[in-house]
Amino acid sequence: MTDISTGSGHGPSENTPAKLGYSPVADIPHRPRVADTDPKAARRAERQVASMFMLSMLFVVLFIVAYIAIDKSATVYVPVFGAVGAMNIALGFTMGVAIFLIGAGAIQWAKKLMPDVEVVQQRHDLVSPTEATKEAAANYERGKEESGFARFKIIRRTLIGAMVLFPIPLVVMLRDLWISPPGNPSPSELLTTTLWEDGTRVVTDATYLPIRPEDIPVGGLVSAAPADLPEVQEAEHDLNARGKAAIILVRMDPAEIVSQQGDGWDYQGILAYSKICTHVGCPIALYEQRTHHLLCPCHQSTFDLSDSGNVIFGPAARRMPQLPIGVDAEGFIVAKAPFAEPVGPSFWERG
Amino acid sequence: MKFLAARRRQPVVALAMLLFALVTVGGLYAAAATVRPAEAAGAASSETQVEMGKQLYLEGCSSCHSLQAQGSANGPTLIGVGAAAVDFQVSTGRMPLAAPGVQSVAGPPQFNEEQTAALAAYVASLAPGPAIPSAEQVDFASADVAEGGVLFRVNCQQCHQAAGQGGALTQGKYAPSLMGATPTQMYEAMITGPESMPVFSDATLPEEDKKAIMAYVDYLQNASDPGGLSLGRLGPVTEGLFLWTAVFGALIAVAVWIGIKAR
Repeated sequence: MTDISTGSGHGPSENTPAKLGYSPVADIPHRPRVADTDPKAARRAERQVASMFMLSMLFVVLFIVAYIAIDKSATVYVPVFGAVGAMNIALGFTMGVAIFLIGAGAIQWAKKLMPDVEVVQQRHDLVSPTEATKEAAANYERGKEESGFARFKIIRRTLIGAMVLFPIPLVVMLRDLWISPPGNPSPSELLTTTLWEDGTRVVTDATYLPIRPEDIPVGGLVSAAPADLPEVQEAEHDLNARGKAAIILVRMDPAEIVSQQGDGWDYQGILAYSKICTHVGCPIALYEQRTHHLLCPCHQSTFDLSDSGNVIFGPAARRMPQLPIGVDAEGFIVAKAPFAEPVGPSFWERG
Repeated sequence: MKFLAARRRQPVVALAMLLFALVTVGGLYAAAATVRPAEAAGAASSETQVEMGKQLYLEGCSSCHSLQAQGSANGPTLIGVGAAAVDFQVSTGRMPLAAPGVQSVAGPPQFNEEQTAALAAYVASLAPGPAIPSAEQVDFASADVAEGGVLFRVNCQQCHQAAGQGGALTQGKYAPSLMGATPTQMYEAMITGPESMPVFSDATLPEEDKKAIMAYVDYLQNASDPGGLSLGRLGPVTEGLFLWTAVFGALIAVAVWIGIKAR
């Protein structure tokens, strides 16, 4: 038990750098610690460290007790934190304290009891010994000679050819990223097309109710989707279809519409725009009915829906695509054509 | 008398007189101003609710919305906004407007319940508009909270934040927190679209769906924080701030302790 304390009890001579096998530092005077000179202090430090480790054990036991004993749904009032789960607090506190005490004890041990002499570690150039370098060079030369790499010209050239050709299959497979097999849409087509077609009915998102123009008052906002979305999503597990086809419908006084992306693309002041930001594709429905601004919460791109959905602020580079709408024979709002431009963020082939 | 006569020309006396005059005039005016609404309410109690509302309107609202409620450069027309809009704006303390700004700020209501009802009745008498929802319309006891969560995330969370804490709009405007909103106020806001908020009509968001949303907001309002500090329920922003300040501060303190040489 007293190995260290008696050792340090002999005084500073025990801890001199030379004795420990280090090069001493000439210009820093070594000042012995209290624990180095006073055996009582050393024993106190020893007790400190040991009690930290003991306390850590105690907290581990408390952790297990808390895990077994505390009711999962019990809450307890802690100042500042408010009413919190009793088990959460107990488990986090006991485990945190247990691991902190192990670390604190180790540091206290190192600081008070382990040798604290100032030492110099010499640096060396990062080179191999000369003999090793010479041997490696000789091996290389012998291998070149014995393999006949310089002598067998035909072997050398065919080997280089084989190595150059080998990666080509990988490149050939990459080809399918931009030229699709017949029948399957290319990635570019996938990004360009949505479920919207001429005559696709517009329904409310989440509840899938068809919408009549008179359902939307001036100043109204509806998050909407194509009527066939539930089937497509069900049949093909195609969440991309939802992401691409999400739109919002807004209604404003027709006199306030400055411009649109196409003639008569609104229906009596009802405008349909993509819900997907053209910057990096966040869904946006943050529509201010007085200013007609559509704000993206991710990077603050702002679009003016009364003026062709043009960008008026933020990092988005393209306007918000507009969907031309009208009504069908039964009086429900439908798309009059697919989106004229790709929705969402830009991509390579879009140009 | 001699004592007063001797000192009345001192400059201090002039200052004291001025102060006395100002306090008297100001105090009388304040007393008169506070008495007036009570007087008006008392005078109108024998007449109909609409008449009382008209009196309150002329005193509290007409300076901006003009005498016939047709609106002016300072305030929009109230013809056709309906009782729901009046009840929302007045019961949340947004109107009468305390000071012009990018948007009106909620606060303690300036009119009591009876006066608010009278104002709503008066504005509703001008032209038909959305009515204050009945108790049955805002009774969400049987509504589906999970369904409300879906609808809230589709229609509301973009502005009011997923946990209903509110958020920023453009140019200094903001969507308010929903933590203090009553079901009636939520319903009124959805059908009238106050300020920047769009209108969510009963046709595209039926009454049942509105009740589900109210149930979800009610759940958010009463939700506990079993994990500890909610940090405003704002997610990674405040959590990150807490980590970078409190937790990193503690780690730096430990690192400094490790580095200090023992004595």
